[in-house]
Amino acid sequence: MATTATVHAHAAPQGFIRKYIFSLDHKIIGIQYFFLALTAVWIGMFLSLLMRLHLIFPTASLPLIGEIKPEQYLSLLTMHGTIMVFFVLTTAPQGGFGNYFLPIQIGAPDMAFPVLNMLSFWTTFVAFVVLICAFFVQGGAPLHGWTGYPPLSAVQSAGPGEGLGADLWITSIAIFCIASLLGALNFLTTTLDMRAKGMTLMRMPLTCWSWFITAMLGLLAFGVLLSAGILLLLDRNLGTSFYVPLVVVNGQIMGHKGGSPLLWQHLFWFFGHPEVYIAILPGMGVTSQILSTFSRKPIFGYKAMVYAMLAIGFFGFMVWGHHMFMSGMSPYSAFAFSILTMCIGVPSAIKTFNWLGTMLKGRIRFKSPMLFAIGFVSLFVSGGLSGPFLAQPVLDIQLHDTYFVVGHFHLIMGVAAIFGMFAATYYWVPKMFGRMMNEFWGRIHFFITFIGTYAIFMPMHYLGIAGGTRRYSQYTEVAYLAKLQPIHVFMTYAAIITIAAQFIFVINLFWSIFKGPKASDNPWEATTLEWTTATPPPHDNFNGVTPVVHNGPYEYGVPGAARDYVMQTDPAISSAAAH
Amino acid sequence: MATYIPTRAIDHAGHDQEPPSPPQSGGGEGHGDNFPNYGARLRRARLGLICGIVTVSMLFISLTSAYIVRRGLPTFDEVKQGYFRDWGEVPLPWLLLAINTAILLLSSITMEGARRAITRRAALAPVESIPGISLGEEGSFPWLAVTIVLGFGFLLGQWLAWGELKARGFLVNTNPDSSFIYLLTAAHAVHLFGGIVAMLWAGITALLHRPVEVRRIAIDVTAWYWHFMAVLWIYIFALLGLMR
Ligand code: HEM
Ligand SMILES: [Cu+2]
Repeated sequence: MATTATVHAHAAPQGFIRKYIFSLDHKIIGIQYFFLALTAVWIGMFLSLLMRLHLIFPTASLPLIGEIKPEQYLSLLTMHGTIMVFFVLTTAPQGGFGNYFLPIQIGAPDMAFPVLNMLSFWTTFVAFVVLICAFFVQGGAPLHGWTGYPPLSAVQSAGPGEGLGADLWITSIAIFCIASLLGALNFLTTTLDMRAKGMTLMRMPLTCWSWFITAMLGLLAFGVLLSAGILLLLDRNLGTSFYVPLVVVNGQIMGHKGGSPLLWQHLFWFFGHPEVYIAILPGMGVTSQILSTFSRKPIFGYKAMVYAMLAIGFFGFMVWGHHMFMSGMSPYSAFAFSILTMCIGVPSAIKTFNWLGTMLKGRIRFKSPMLFAIGFVSLFVSGGLSGPFLAQPVLDIQLHDTYFVVGHFHLIMGVAAIFGMFAATYYWVPKMFGRMMNEFWGRIHFFITFIGTYAIFMPMHYLGIAGGTRRYSQYTEVAYLAKLQPIHVFMTYAAIITIAAQFIFVINLFWSIFKGPKASDNPWEATTLEWTTATPPPHDNFNGVTPVVHNGPYEYGVPGAARDYVMQTDPAISSAAAH
Repeated sequence: MATYIPTRAIDHAGHDQEPPSPPQSGGGEGHGDNFPNYGARLRRARLGLICGIVTVSMLFISLTSAYIVRRGLPTFDEVKQGYFRDWGEVPLPWLLLAINTAILLLSSITMEGARRAITRRAALAPVESIPGISLGEEGSFPWLAVTIVLGFGFLLGQWLAWGELKARGFLVNTNPDSSFIYLLTAAHAVHLFGGIVAMLWAGITALLHRPVEVRRIAIDVTAWYWHFMAVLWIYIFALLGLMR
């Protein structure tokens, strides 16, 4: 509430703290989110490296860390998943790039509620710190995975890490929910109310549409996760029985009675499935933007792209049951969830074909943002194709909780969304920091990462079909799984190489920010509003001028135009001929 | 494909061929505090409030669904070796809750009084600034202060109701019904307390002599939020009272 009367067009602050720490400027806040996510992704990646090493050397003693015990493996797994899903995939695309570029792309001087924006970031930051603390408390980090299924997650004595560590985990997520809700509120109001003259909804770049729809999903989904988390905290600490049935831990009857673990699964996945779209939609937006720009062609089917994203968002709320086929649900509900899930394949396919159609016959410029955008499409297809298999209740009996699922979601949600972020980074760093990134190393980074991620995650499908269960710490002890061990060895080496390649990226990033060649105002010859203003943009984005928009966002190769692109602020393309 | 026929001179933002276009439309209402557009700011604040209300509603919708699911669920009884419903009805302190409801509804009315008074003052502010014209100390009834007192009164009443439940032996973990009663009323109380904080803040803006339009925005959105709190309470009361 305290922000209602805040003047959005605040003057540029002077002191270091007001300027860079508790800044109200959406651009600084976007950069803060970006670096928070960058920190988180390195921690998450390091945890995954430990897991991969443990999987091929289960009893080895690692330098400094020692031997990883099975329960520690589960802690690594939980923290890896939680950090990646919440503090990377949800934080960087929306909080980072969305914050920085949504206001500029719609021609606004700032977000609608700058103070709220600052609070969202710092709340996210607190959530992250609380989560990391779970490593250092008695018992360590929780074991229950990023999905936190009770009763394991709801009973303090269920295992090491399920005490204080699990309390910190759930508290962190609750704080994160609040931060995301504040952020979503701000994004929605900004998009609806701050657009410059002429920036109709159907002239918004697809990036803005994707942030807008993501915010809608967030607004509806995070409240559900928050309430689920509150119930979990009560079960854990006040002895209620929302989720916990009569359970016996170590021969001792716990005080709970009659709760339903499935209740958590319903609430969690009602949030969880929209959440996977929260992670991927901004990547879809930036991919559309980049494919069009670097193919020098209008995006194929702009309206179809918008409606497809809306459809994905809409159906996304009706398919949560496909994560619960194996929970003993009625076959009739399973059937309904299955059909609805397959429905999402339709808008997803529309988007894919439109991306391909955009590139078709384009004069493609293979710069690093473009490479990563193409990589996004590739990963989205490879990861998406396994979805309809999982959506068959019958097949899911075999595939549920196997490496097949791990392969599916890593390709589509993990790496595809990360490729979206890489594309966005190579594309927008020139605008954000005023310097170009190194093209040569960008390409090297792309090729190693692209081949590497396929090498890591494709074999997982095979492993899953062969019955390789997920979330086990040691496969060498099970006869039929031990035979699959060479695949694990291969994936671990692929992971080591791919992780090593990420050093190329950060070094390139930081070197470019400080030492890269100066970027012009519009280095990619793109059309949207961020390229009309100075590099980096001034405090109020447009130097006291309110941009007026006359054109759609993807006017490339317009016949008769002096250049092969027409900016959104250029004089209108004659209305009779346009579309 | 479109043909490019320029219809107007270039007017890029950030490039200086043209005089800056006047701030207009869409909410991009200029960049200085010199001419703050209070109408746009009020609209924006209300839009934000709508989003907030959607969120809070989702929170309570999901709690409601948990309530319905948990209520219909039979549980295994280890002694009787069979499935039984363990919901466990809790007798509510009806009179107390009815009084609380009345207090909250009354506060909604006084809050509406505050909202209307400040709206009138904001509308008259331009007239008042004309030298020699005085409209007197209008709207001096302390609507906001009364609402704050009533709000605290409601919280106190809820506190007493919890004490009453406790005295009857129903704690948060006694049975599912009591768990949900504490949970839903407490969740509502927390949100309501947020409304009181907003009112206190709106009161402070008055003491700080902020422009009447700024105070109006603060009071306006707080008032709508407060009405929402009243509606939410009636919903919760009905859920707990009637669905049994
Ligand atoms: C045509 C589209 C898709 C279909 C039909 C589909 C279907 C499924 C199904 C049925 C499962 C459950 C498998 C199981 O646990 O047994 C699943 C898991 C999952 N999917 Fe998808 N999916 C699709 C697209 C996506 C997208 C776009 C994302 C993310 C951006 C995604 C992320 C995930 C995640 C994270 C999980 C696993 C969650 C976990 O158990 O930890 N999926 N998918
Ligand atoms: Cu799903």
